[in-house]
Amino acid sequence: MRFTPQVLIFGARCHVHLLSGTCFQQLILVCVCVCVCVCVCVSPQVIWDIIGNKQFCSFKVKTKSQNFCRNEFNLTGLCNRSACPLANSQYATIREEKGQCFLYMKVIERAAFPAKMWEKVKLSKNYEKALEQIDENLIYWPRFIRHKCKQRFTKITQYLIRMRKLVLKRQRKLVPLSRKVERREKRKEEKALIAAQLDNAIEKELLERLKQGTYGDIYNFPVHAFDKALEQQDEESESESEAEEEEEEDDEDVGRREFVAEDEVEESDLSDFEESSEEEEEEEEEMEVETKAKAKAKAKASGSKGKSPAGGSAARRKRAYVEIEYEQETQPAAKSTAT
Amino acid sequence: PCNEMDTIGTKGLNGLKAEGGQADSSSQGAAFPPTFSLSEVKNKQRRHLMFMKLKQEKRKQKMQLKKKRRKEREALGDKAPPKEVPKTIENQRVYDETTVDPEDEEVAFDEGTDEFSAYFNRLTNPKVLITTSDRPRGRTVRFCEQLATVIPDAHVYYRRGLALKRIIPQCVARGFTYLMVINEDRKVPNGMVLCHLPDGPTAHFKVSSVRLRKEMKRRGKDPTMHSPEVILNNFSTRLGHTIGRLFAALFPHDPQFVGRQVATFHNQRDFVFFRFHRYIFKNEKKVGIQELGPRFTLKLRSLQKGTFDSKFGEYEWVLKRHEMDACRRKFQL
Repeated sequence: MRFTPQVLIFGARCHVHLLSGTCFQQLILVCVCVCVCVCVCVSPQVIWDIIGNKQFCSFKVKTKSQNFCRNEFNLTGLCNRSACPLANSQYATIREEKGQCFLYMKVIERAAFPAKMWEKVKLSKNYEKALEQIDENLIYWPRFIRHKCKQRFTKITQYLIRMRKLVLKRQRKLVPLSRKVERREKRKEEKALIAAQLDNAIEKELLERLKQGTYGDIYNFPVHAFDKALEQQDEESESESEAEEEEEEDDEDVGRREFVAEDEVEESDLSDFEESSEEEEEEEEEMEVETKAKAKAKAKASGSKGKSPAGGSAARRKRAYVEIEYEQETQPAAKSTAT
Repeated sequence: PCNEMDTIGTKGLNGLKAEGGQADSSSQGAAFPPTFSLSEVKNKQRRHLMFMKLKQEKRKQKMQLKKKRRKEREALGDKAPPKEVPKTIENQRVYDETTVDPEDEEVAFDEGTDEFSAYFNRLTNPKVLITTSDRPRGRTVRFCEQLATVIPDAHVYYRRGLALKRIIPQCVARGFTYLMVINEDRKVPNGMVLCHLPDGPTAHFKVSSVRLRKEMKRRGKDPTMHSPEVILNNFSTRLGHTIGRLFAALFPHDPQFVGRQVATFHNQRDFVFFRFHRYIFKNEKKVGIQELGPRFTLKLRSLQKGTFDSKFGEYEWVLKRHEMDACRRKFQL
């Protein structure tokens, strides 16, 4: 069967094909699904009537305020009567491929040959020359299409320039982290931390250095060269002598009853430092008449023993020990200032 | 045997517990074929119970063995053989052929002429520039500030989207010896690029477990301006040596012992733990340490020969997970 197109379009070019013979071929079926097979016989107006507002167009994207057209040949990207590539038999677009811009044109004469429908013209890389090319190719075309083509071309060149600039700048590379690997490494790190025993290692290293003499004459053990350490020593000797006196007193006072105030007894309870002599410790055990307050004080003192005090704070605490007979409340205050 | 198992299976768990024991003891000897494996029992509860029983048996045997050995040990008294050393990962570490021998002359020569020789020959003093990736968030900023207090002569600069390749010549011109870039991801520091400046190696680390000063328990007062001492532990291979020297060159040569501060880089199983302490010698056998300062862990990801250049750089060492993490006893540093 001969396929005689019968098309009437509006516009500058008008092709009216006279019928040869008596048979009209009117294929009304317009299949505007994913594959664009618009039957050639149907006028663009009819096409627009169908896909524009009434029925389905697969390229149309509806939003609240606007309709967009997803067709890759669309000039403006909006869904309009004048911008629809399906509903206009004479149409032109600019598209770019890998940095090269092309002008695509579609005319009514080739409407029957879908494979050859779009004519592709390579545009010059020079902006002005390309504009001239567009003008020259689209001479006598509707003003709207010409204008929009030039606008689109400008936009495309601008973004191509920007792309080229960005490539030269620093590019951020996103490296994906694998969750499993991260979890494994976290666990390995925890295990390694436990195995490392950092505090011990550091202490050992420092003591090694002390032994080797890297510190020179700063530390003169066993004679305490530090002022604070000296004070410590003095107070140690003081407390030692006190302890001895107390012991002697005890020996003497065996059997004798005496009413002793609470405060007096406490003075020996806080002597639980590392430097304290053994006698003091024994003293502690002997004289342990624990009241709640004393227990608290003792706990506080022993709790702070874990901390490594600066020399000053140790001395301060030692001094507090001496004063403890009179006031217990200064103990926490002293501690807070020490650390 | 099937019937027995079925009847037991249909009863409740309590029933099972009561009877399972009996049934087991009776059936263990008689019912199961010698090639029986626990995984062949289809009933989960039953299988579980049998497994628990098996474990208990094994544990009991182990305890008995232990007791026996201990008794023997005590019986022998002084003549007992020395206690066996338990196997640890460090014990079982695969011997790395690049482990540095202390007397190795070649290594000594290399180290005398490598990029750090300028530092170790006391020709230059370290000057560190600390910066971050783009738009750092609070935690990273505070981390950088704290790092700057730990490392003497460190300057923190805000990175205004500048390219590292452009920063580096400027740093060199101003006499910086180190460029440290803390990378941030989701408001948390997670990477560090440490670049030794004139044309030194660039190391890229993964940073984890960052604890800022206020999160530390029982910490001391802020670090003073004294130069800290440096402790480098367990850097044994050639690569480890390079990294160790990289860390050492961050700090000035002469630590001020008056300050009693020490920065530690401890390598354990390829993780480098950084700690900053203040120490005091209580007597010649005891030292007390108090942690100040931030702490973090580093894991080396790549070492590049020149300054930072991700495209054309020559990588001395790159962490290849499949090769290097396959063996659990093999470490690189």
